[in-house]
Amino acid sequence: MNTWTKVLRYEMRNVLRARALLGYGLFFLAATTGLVRMGGGVERVLPSLSNLILLTVPLVSLVVTTVFLYEGRAFNELLLSQPVGRKELFRGLFMGLTLPLAGVFVVGTGLPLLASGGFSTAAGPVALTLGSGIALTAVFVALGFLVAFSVKEAARGLGVALLVWLGLTVVYDGVVLLASHNLSAYPLETPMLAAMILNPVDLARMVSLMAVDASVLMGYTGAVFQDFFGGWTGIVIATAALAGWVLLPYLGALRRFGRMDL
Amino acid sequence: MTDARVLRDLGEHPVWIRMENISKRYGSRPVLTEVDVCFRPGRVTAVLGPNGAGKTTLLKMLLGLVRPDRGCITVGEKALDGDPAYRQEIGYMPQLPHFPDNLTGEELAAMLDDVRGFVGEPDESLTRAFDLGRELAKPFRNLSGGNRQKLNAALAFRYRSPVLILDEPTAGLDPVAARILKARVRRERDDGRTVLMTSHDLGHLEALADDVVFLLEGRVRFEGEVSRLLEITQQAELEGAIAAFLMEHGASGADGLEGVA
Amino acid sequence: MRIPLMPWVAVVLAGAPLPAQEIHVGPESHYRSIAAAVAAASPHDTIVVEAGRYLEGPIEIDRPLTLLGRPGAILDGEGQRELLVVGADSVTIEGMTLRNTGLSFTEDRAALRVEEARFCTIRSNRFEETFFGIYLANAGDCLVEDNVLEARAERETRAGNGIHLWYSTRITIEGNQVRGHRDGIYFEFVEDSLVRDNVSSHNLRYGLHFMFSDGCTYQSNAFVRNGAGVAVMYTSNVVMEENDFDENRGGAAFGLLLKEIRDSRIAFNRFRRNSVGVRMEGANRLVVEGNDFVANGWAVQVLANSDGSAFTANNFVGNSFDVSTNSRSTSSTFSGNYWDRYRGYDLNRDGVGDVPFRPVRLFSLVVEQNEPALVLQRSLLVQLLDLAEAVLPVLTPRGLADADPSLKPIDTPWRSL
Repeated sequence: MNTWTKVLRYEMRNVLRARALLGYGLFFLAATTGLVRMGGGVERVLPSLSNLILLTVPLVSLVVTTVFLYEGRAFNELLLSQPVGRKELFRGLFMGLTLPLAGVFVVGTGLPLLASGGFSTAAGPVALTLGSGIALTAVFVALGFLVAFSVKEAARGLGVALLVWLGLTVVYDGVVLLASHNLSAYPLETPMLAAMILNPVDLARMVSLMAVDASVLMGYTGAVFQDFFGGWTGIVIATAALAGWVLLPYLGALRRFGRMDL
Repeated sequence: MTDARVLRDLGEHPVWIRMENISKRYGSRPVLTEVDVCFRPGRVTAVLGPNGAGKTTLLKMLLGLVRPDRGCITVGEKALDGDPAYRQEIGYMPQLPHFPDNLTGEELAAMLDDVRGFVGEPDESLTRAFDLGRELAKPFRNLSGGNRQKLNAALAFRYRSPVLILDEPTAGLDPVAARILKARVRRERDDGRTVLMTSHDLGHLEALADDVVFLLEGRVRFEGEVSRLLEITQQAELEGAIAAFLMEHGASGADGLEGVA
Repeated sequence: MRIPLMPWVAVVLAGAPLPAQEIHVGPESHYRSIAAAVAAASPHDTIVVEAGRYLEGPIEIDRPLTLLGRPGAILDGEGQRELLVVGADSVTIEGMTLRNTGLSFTEDRAALRVEEARFCTIRSNRFEETFFGIYLANAGDCLVEDNVLEARAERETRAGNGIHLWYSTRITIEGNQVRGHRDGIYFEFVEDSLVRDNVSSHNLRYGLHFMFSDGCTYQSNAFVRNGAGVAVMYTSNVVMEENDFDENRGGAAFGLLLKEIRDSRIAFNRFRRNSVGVRMEGANRLVVEGNDFVANGWAVQVLANSDGSAFTANNFVGNSFDVSTNSRSTSSTFSGNYWDRYRGYDLNRDGVGDVPFRPVRLFSLVVEQNEPALVLQRSLLVQLLDLAEAVLPVLTPRGLADADPSLKPIDTPWRSL
């Protein structure tokens, strides 16, 4: 077995035992169960669930990652004083945080949906919605690594993480909305879509929009939107861009981690 | 000289550690400047100096945790180049252990065995000597400070590594445990291992150390045997010798003695 | 007055032809062509068309007859012509397959045309690749049932309607399946007719299109994946019940487009996954109740020129926008509906929310002015905007609110609870 998979195993065990993670899982379990119980079928559950995912997953992934990385610094030193390379440790830590976070999320949301049984007909939209949550987890874990390995001080790092979250979830969209409002005389479809691709939260939101708001998006007259949301183009582009959003912060953080003094 | 002695238990080779012309800055602040030292097998070398003198940085460099800006470090035959394999040779006891809260001592040990790829029977004699048995089943967060430090020590000695790096090994240990640990350090030295340590407690060091590396503001001010240091300073004890040394080099005595290790 | 029985019977018998007889048409029968059989038939005879491909037409049926196709009886226009033209009362066409009329830009070429006739029955026929399928003009008291009409029109300008009615009264259209035409079912100047249990899908323009057709009832039909859904225009006293409007999506697609409609009832229908569920332009005094609006882009669009409609006990679930309007005030009322966006409370536990629900989101106004902003749907920013507006309405119509929203989904024929 590779060293990194060994690190992964222990990091996962450590993360999975944390109360925060249990709470995270229970939160989704309770929320999804509640949504399913409230009735209204898949059309009611999926939009609410996707709202919840877009709100919670980035924040929790980012905060849990930075907290674990700051708290685990001494432990990482211990591991690095063993015959473990930095790249291997990094990869193990990254997967060790991403897999439990994503797993707990999928179990928490998936179980109630499975148990209710009414979602086999909507397997596609359900998969898209859960997939967007998994992607968001990976993106924000990667961003958490970037923050934690760029800012030395834990308190400041946590602050930066919250700013990153706020910036990507609210401020960015606010700027886009204002800009589009002021430029509404111009054809904005392509720039707007591009703006959405440049923000991982918006990207994940687009993916779940394809699942739950297809009707309104198909009703939109712009040909660019029709192409994007109507077929596989959108899904392929969004997936590629999301992968980029995982990879860039990941590589950036790895570069910093490889060079930094512990 | 004991460096030619063959390691008793495993027939391991003795390991020399050489730091040649090492310099390191954090930002604009120099931490180590042109450090040129050698740590010999079969000796306990105490790394001394006031707070901020660069002791921890020096130890961390040996572990690859800090990269020198300039200079070359050799552990045994190998020059450090980012390949982590050489750390097989090192048992490290960090100052203040921060192990994952949720892991038990047993899991921690199993994990280190695993990441080191260690096969065979690990050395658990220190665990037994500390009577840690039952504590090993508890998650780390439920351990007392003393037991945490005992676990920390036990893990460092677990692999019979030819090199031992001990950062404040006796801090937080009760007198009985400290005694056990010191006896163990001596035995390891006698087996031909290369032991590096820092300690707050100069009394402890005096009883253990064969050699001293004294750092001041990132530079090596003295490297050599303890007896030689005492001789130069014309003191009977290490504490007095250090004080005299500091005074001579213009540092305020109180300041220097406060955190001399 | 007492009428002697026997003389009366004798008079009737004397005036009537011979008892109805069966005339067979087929490759091995006496009559090889349907036209010949029709020409030879007496009123009320039954012409049995055996299996075979008949290359003839247009065949004019000028006397009351039953034309009964055996399985495999195919009347083929070879892309050239109309097939059957009914010009007499009491004609029944049943079991025939009418195929391949070809298209025409100069006439409404139909596979089966009924012109100025009454009491016709068109039952269980198949229409394949016909321009217009069934075309009734100035007809009355006819029954069109269980027919299947399939075409593969690709462009609106090169397509005809499936079942087309013009100036007709008391027609029943029931159990037909229409797909791939321009309009699935088309009514113009039709009165007192019933459209029930039909499936109209994949038509290029409207699944159902009717204009100037008062007093008609549309019941339990399914309108699925039509280019622009269903359009109802310039009509009053319409009843639309238990229809299914599903997946009518696209730039100008509506589940149901209501234009200049008055005093009509829209109840217990399901509008699902349409770009717009119901759009009202100049629609007045409508009763909209017990409908399910599910997963539409806009569930209901009420334009400013629409007045006095009542939306009661409908379910609004999973729509991107529940209600939008281009006016600051409206005289339409909403009450007792279920809104999945409702976040109010019910302290006295009577199942009715204690605070009103405002279904018009601020974001729908934003999108109206700046359509590409649609991509921000469901973002936290937009939810915050909507929340702010819901707490302190500034831009959305003040009066448009459901004062007693239901906390639980309402029982409808589409929702088994």
